[in-house]
Amino acid sequence: MSAVDQTVVAYERPPADASSATPMQRERAVTIFEKGQEGRRAFEAPALDVPEVEGLIPASARRAEPARLPNVSEPELVRHYVRLSRRNFDLDSGFYPLGSCTMKHNPRLHERVTALSGHARLHPLQDPKRAQGALELMYNLERSLGEVAGLPHVCLQPSAGSHGELAGLLVTRAYHEARGDHRTKVLAPDTAHGTNPATVTIAGYEVVPVKTSPDGGVDVEDLRAKADSQVACLMLTNPNTLGVFDPNIEEIAKIVHGVEATLYNDGANLNAVMGISRPGDMGFDIVHYNLHKSFTQPHGGGGPGSGPIAVSDRIAPYLPVPVIQKLADGTFDLTSTPTDGPGSKTIGKLRGFQGNYGCFVRSYAYICSLGGPGLQDASETAVLNANYLLARLQELVGDRLPLAFGERCMHEFVLSGTVMKREVGIRILDLAKRLLDHGFHPPTVYFPLLVDEALLIEPTETETKETLDAFAEAVADIIREAEEDPSIAQSAPYTTPVRRLDEATAAKRPVLRQPL
Amino acid sequence: MSRYTAVTDTDRAAMLDAIGVGSLEEIFEAQIPAGVRLQGGLDLPDGLPEQDVYAHLLELSKKNTSAEDEITFLGAGMYDHYIPAAIDMLLGRSEFLTPYTPYQPEVSQGGLQVMFEYQTAICELTGLDVSNASVYEGPSAVAAAGYLAKLASPKRPRYLVSGALHPDSRQTLETLSVGYGTEVVEIPLKDGVTDVDALRELLADGGDQVSAVIFQQPNFLGAIEDVQAISDLAHEQGALSICQADPIALGVLEAPGNQGVDVCVGEGQALGNRLDFGGPSFGFFAATNAHIRRMPGRIAGETTDADGRRGFVLTLQTREQHIRREKATSNICTSQALNALAGVVYLSWLGRDGLVELGELLIQRTHYARETLTAIEGVTALHGQPVVREFAISLPDGVDVGEVIALAQDRGVNPGFDLGRVRDDWKGGLLVALTEQRSRSDIDRLAEVLDESIRAYQGGERSPLGRSGSTQEVAA
Ligand SMILES: Cc1ncc(COP(=O)(O)O)c(C=O)c1O
Repeated sequence: MSAVDQTVVAYERPPADASSATPMQRERAVTIFEKGQEGRRAFEAPALDVPEVEGLIPASARRAEPARLPNVSEPELVRHYVRLSRRNFDLDSGFYPLGSCTMKHNPRLHERVTALSGHARLHPLQDPKRAQGALELMYNLERSLGEVAGLPHVCLQPSAGSHGELAGLLVTRAYHEARGDHRTKVLAPDTAHGTNPATVTIAGYEVVPVKTSPDGGVDVEDLRAKADSQVACLMLTNPNTLGVFDPNIEEIAKIVHGVEATLYNDGANLNAVMGISRPGDMGFDIVHYNLHKSFTQPHGGGGPGSGPIAVSDRIAPYLPVPVIQKLADGTFDLTSTPTDGPGSKTIGKLRGFQGNYGCFVRSYAYICSLGGPGLQDASETAVLNANYLLARLQELVGDRLPLAFGERCMHEFVLSGTVMKREVGIRILDLAKRLLDHGFHPPTVYFPLLVDEALLIEPTETETKETLDAFAEAVADIIREAEEDPSIAQSAPYTTPVRRLDEATAAKRPVLRQPL
Repeated sequence: MSRYTAVTDTDRAAMLDAIGVGSLEEIFEAQIPAGVRLQGGLDLPDGLPEQDVYAHLLELSKKNTSAEDEITFLGAGMYDHYIPAAIDMLLGRSEFLTPYTPYQPEVSQGGLQVMFEYQTAICELTGLDVSNASVYEGPSAVAAAGYLAKLASPKRPRYLVSGALHPDSRQTLETLSVGYGTEVVEIPLKDGVTDVDALRELLADGGDQVSAVIFQQPNFLGAIEDVQAISDLAHEQGALSICQADPIALGVLEAPGNQGVDVCVGEGQALGNRLDFGGPSFGFFAATNAHIRRMPGRIAGETTDADGRRGFVLTLQTREQHIRREKATSNICTSQALNALAGVVYLSWLGRDGLVELGELLIQRTHYARETLTAIEGVTALHGQPVVREFAISLPDGVDVGEVIALAQDRGVNPGFDLGRVRDDWKGGLLVALTEQRSRSDIDRLAEVLDESIRAYQGGERSPLGRSGSTQEVAA
């Protein structure tokens, strides 16, 4: 989409009365449960081809009333969901600079190869000898991911980033316990994503926040004061959620290892450093990947994802099972009881089967497409695009939306809307909502928590310079408009399928299902 | 520049100029300590053109024996149901495929309404008040339900778990229990189902330590459990009743919510999702109103917009990690929205009558299959309980199930799951699963091949590929 297309979307302020509503706004949301008629159907059951026997299921176990599912024909079904789909903004139709989420292009090849029956209809309990292609793919993916992280052992099993975090803390616990060392605390910077502290609690530890220094990295003195023999781990995102690569990472690793804790890398921001700097070389013992970010698994409106972890030699025995092994004859095996090496003192399983294989196929295809140089180019371009967009925004609106920390950034950056709020009278939320009228998905808002009125912007490498320019100009336009009349942004959006939604009432009087 | 990026040399020069640096290297040098820079790039092959990647992935896919390549009766948690073409088409729409989690509801009404519809469908299936918008998959959903029980009764550190709970669920719960500070105690089985008398005894002594009784319907061996009896016993001691259920079977079996179950979870793959060698699929998670503030994950709710129009938002977010951080009810963030979409489209495709018809067909064919297979000389039912779509048999004494499976697969039929892989006292057992894609003639063929493979094994024949299962576990 060209810059012109992006900005053509009407952002004149339409009056808010019903007569001026867009066609989509005029269409009342009707659920599939309110559609259809008894007797309609999309499904035809295969004919009963065996002798019918009565009374196979005792009456007490039988359902008294059928589940009240919709009765719709296939055309109704298809039209309903196609129409719903049109009420979504998506990455394929516009810029989606959602910080921390790495909304890079999802190649369509990946959907095609994942749908091949040899992948899509492979049962997870198939005999490993008859699933050699899948195991080879997973083995190759493990090797490739390990190389990117600079850590030798990869477990693909976790289902998303936060599941990888849980895996990481549980292997950390097993590692300490095996040495007879019972630790109670996990450190995490105040810039950490919410999943980090949440995971700490679920893994049975107490979280101790570490302060951020004025340069945007970890406050090393605060870390030193808090790192004691009760600390099991430091969970660190590097570059962090401010887009800052920690300048003291080597010192941090030294402090953490000095108290024999593990250093965990939340790898959500790996897209900044592929082929440039590796977590293993930074001193991390464990890293999780978000295949749905750096390795372009489409996000599906909230998943699926995949959150493999990579670990160093000393952690490897505790990895979840099953593990993939390459045997002496070159074939691959999948075992839950490895006698040595990764998984030999396993923490157990974290979920059913082997993990989200469909995601592995996509990310493996991606790695095959880009190769080592292409991955590095992706990260370099992501950093270039972020710094360019930062420069453009600072040039246009730097006085209203200054950079929260530092001067430059890695693959993303955080602007603070404090000045804009005070001087212009609109909040970051208003800016975000007005961006919707310009045809852009807004960046992440109000995260990380330590920046007031935070706007976290991550353009990714797959965007053109024209798109970045158009976005920067849209932000400038909105602020210019608000300098004259802040109420316009305050009541935005106007052109979306619905306008600003009442979240408070939704939470106070929850309606969580269609009443039938 | 790869085919997925678009910065030309001209662009780059202009961009660096705007940034105010001479090269990209300057940006990295200024930020990344020299000691941790990677020298010489990644040790990975060069990239490939799209057509070559396709050829490579195609070749790998051909090294797998999929459900398209053999007549398969393998189930044990994931099932080869037919997936309607409409699902492929709808999930392929970029408007569903490529957005992130709906953080901006005004431009995410499609996805949010799908969640709302999905929650409605799951509430209907389970007979419970509230459903979330999906969790990862079945076994981790069981572990998440265990965490809910811990939050509900923090002073009760024990789960009583049926011996016929899916072994992956059991193991996942055990793994996470280390962090929860809870323990898992098994309830023994009797005639293929949870032994209710044994459960009563386990609860009589130390029942006040038990936060939840956890079981599966139908259970891992395919048998129908007495859900009401289990729930009643749990409640007598103030424990929750947590049920992992097969959503297809719930079309014909009583809704767990009507039988005293507090939390019903399960693997959603059977609802319109591919096998995909184990994922992605989705886990469903539903509970009674009493637990609404302890639910994990996203929940969509109805509301109105500034002009009074009906709309949907993510709601009750004060449970969640991004607000509550270390006090959250779960650490889940990204879950399985696209797979849950497949789930609700599948249920709407089946419809009210279709779900029942599917269940009735499975009951009849499964009965026929059980009768046919147990007519083979030496083959007996492992239990005689009523079943919906899966059942367990015992092969003749002295017959190695893994070897017989391999011989049957050589003959084009995958007869099912070797139960000895998960429990010693199930050695000799075979778990056989049906879907609507397995016709009577497939079942007849299975019986023929199984009989032939047993005789072949007894006659000394072995598969050239070796025994079914992990090579090393066989050696051990
Ligand atoms: C920095 C960071 N850490 C962790 C996560 C959690 O990852 P996931 O959503 O895959 O569980 C996210 C993404 O949402 C993130 O941005």
